[in-house]
Amino acid sequence: MPTVLVFLHDPGAVLAKNDRELLTLAGTLGDPVAAVAGDAGDPLLDGLGSYGVSTCYLPADPSVGKSLVAGKAAFLAEAVRASGASVVLLGNAYEAKEIAARAGVRLESGVITDVVAVADDLTATKSVFAGSYTSQCRVTTGIPILAVKPNSIEAADAGQPATPETVRVEVPAPAAAAVITGRVDKPATGRPDLAEARVIVAGGRGVDGNFAPLEELADLLGGAVGASRAATDAGWIEHSAQIGQTGKTVSPQLYISAGISGAVQQKAGMQTSQVIVAINKDPDSPVFEIADFGVVGDLFTVLPQAAEEIRKRRA
Amino acid sequence: MDEAPTPGLNIAVLVKHVPDAQFDRHLNGPRNTTERSESILSELDEYALEAALQLVEQHGGDAAGHRVTAVTMGPGPAVSAVKKALQMGAAEGVHLTDDALAGSDASATSRALAALLSHLGPFDLVLTGMASTDGETSLVPAQLAERLDLPQVTFAAALELEAAEAGWTLTARRDGDAYSETIACALPALVSVTDQINEPRYPNFKGIMAAKKKPLRTLSLSDIGLAADEVGFAGSWTAVEAAEPRPPRSQGIVITDEGDAGLRLVDFLAGQKLL
Repeated sequence: MPTVLVFLHDPGAVLAKNDRELLTLAGTLGDPVAAVAGDAGDPLLDGLGSYGVSTCYLPADPSVGKSLVAGKAAFLAEAVRASGASVVLLGNAYEAKEIAARAGVRLESGVITDVVAVADDLTATKSVFAGSYTSQCRVTTGIPILAVKPNSIEAADAGQPATPETVRVEVPAPAAAAVITGRVDKPATGRPDLAEARVIVAGGRGVDGNFAPLEELADLLGGAVGASRAATDAGWIEHSAQIGQTGKTVSPQLYISAGISGAVQQKAGMQTSQVIVAINKDPDSPVFEIADFGVVGDLFTVLPQAAEEIRKRRA
Repeated sequence: MDEAPTPGLNIAVLVKHVPDAQFDRHLNGPRNTTERSESILSELDEYALEAALQLVEQHGGDAAGHRVTAVTMGPGPAVSAVKKALQMGAAEGVHLTDDALAGSDASATSRALAALLSHLGPFDLVLTGMASTDGETSLVPAQLAERLDLPQVTFAAALELEAAEAGWTLTARRDGDAYSETIACALPALVSVTDQINEPRYPNFKGIMAAKKKPLRTLSLSDIGLAADEVGFAGSWTAVEAAEPRPPRSQGIVITDEGDAGLRLVDFLAGQKLL
């Protein structure tokens, strides 16, 4: 069985949903090992062990986890060499892709991003042109490095708890790297991360600055709140909530679009959602062309009515 | 702003000619390459060029010896991306073109661009957009930084340069989902910028006329010391074996609210087992 290295580029105290998806995929392709770009406490190590990880590689100097890209990429390359892995899986967040990119140069290995499935022969299925094409790609040189989109794989349940062996690897210091000199945390919303959310309620120009009815429905459905560029540019919601060509690309189970016309730039970020519901006053909005269920109407009456009905049915 | 006590900044901005995302885009041909008719300067690269122009303007302009070069690689028509950059205000343009470049993946593209920048440079600052709007991999800037051994500051939403005795230092702000970071490094560096950093200018008539007199060089692979098999399909580390358009979404039901649309919406969600 080939050794499959799962790279945790931004490790938390325990396994994140995306980590469990990657570990599940790794288990179908071969024997999983992990490399954690920072420090790993017992809860994280036990989590890795419960997904069959036999060995966990850690940087000898955990501060590599605090550096920008170059240090983590150097660590990934060293962990691949130390483990003899024949394929690398990691997330598809921007930083993960950049680490993959630099490690690819170091290892003289091809990188494929936006992967949604990996076959036994390591052919990767990826989405292209914001989901309007699907392509089959192969890494032809080196050790395949595959950046896998969240929600592509159903994470298996953890198996028996086990503690993997830990191996520290020395990482050569990058010649020149940028340093993080300050960090300001944003207030936590308590809602799931947009990229990983199973339900997203998104608003656009029609929201006119009032996201309250969207937040209410999102919270009832355990979802995240997103927005079109028109809404983020207007300053009604944070830029990080933007879905579209220049924002996030999402594929939730349910995408509820409210007051968004659905121009190309927005469609690019959400057209691979499993079910799309759209509410817009304008019957000619392009979003209705891709909606599974569309309502021509006022979001300020439709959304609260739906929220109330959901509460009633659950009571 | 302070007069620059250090020599002029030499800035390269990477620009790309991409299919217009306002229209349907296609992969075709025996090797599933991008159909490039209806192409434009990648919208995301305009922010990089604007950032370069603003940095120069803040630090004494052309008179201080600063220079912005717009660089592209691609087939013949790709030169129009450089021309647009010259109209916006870049001082000079360079177009790397060669039949052997066709089919380059991120690794081959970054190899070609690294050789091109080494040939043209040295540059104090290499600026790029956050992604191309066609390949959308965001791999090339990071690979270029690795190949040129430059610190990388990607996804900058704000950018400042400060001149000091020892040279230029750069400060950037990056906005993440959970936090916002301040990043610092000394030049030379590679920086990619987001669409939040500025509002790119439109070329005015004066700029369009002036662009016609600006130097625009065309280089081939042999000019920059690369062999044909180091780039293109031969020099790539990945291959696209098949591609197909995703089946179009079938249109669903559209109702007009007659006072009960919220209830019917919940019925639909229940029917889909989404509640």
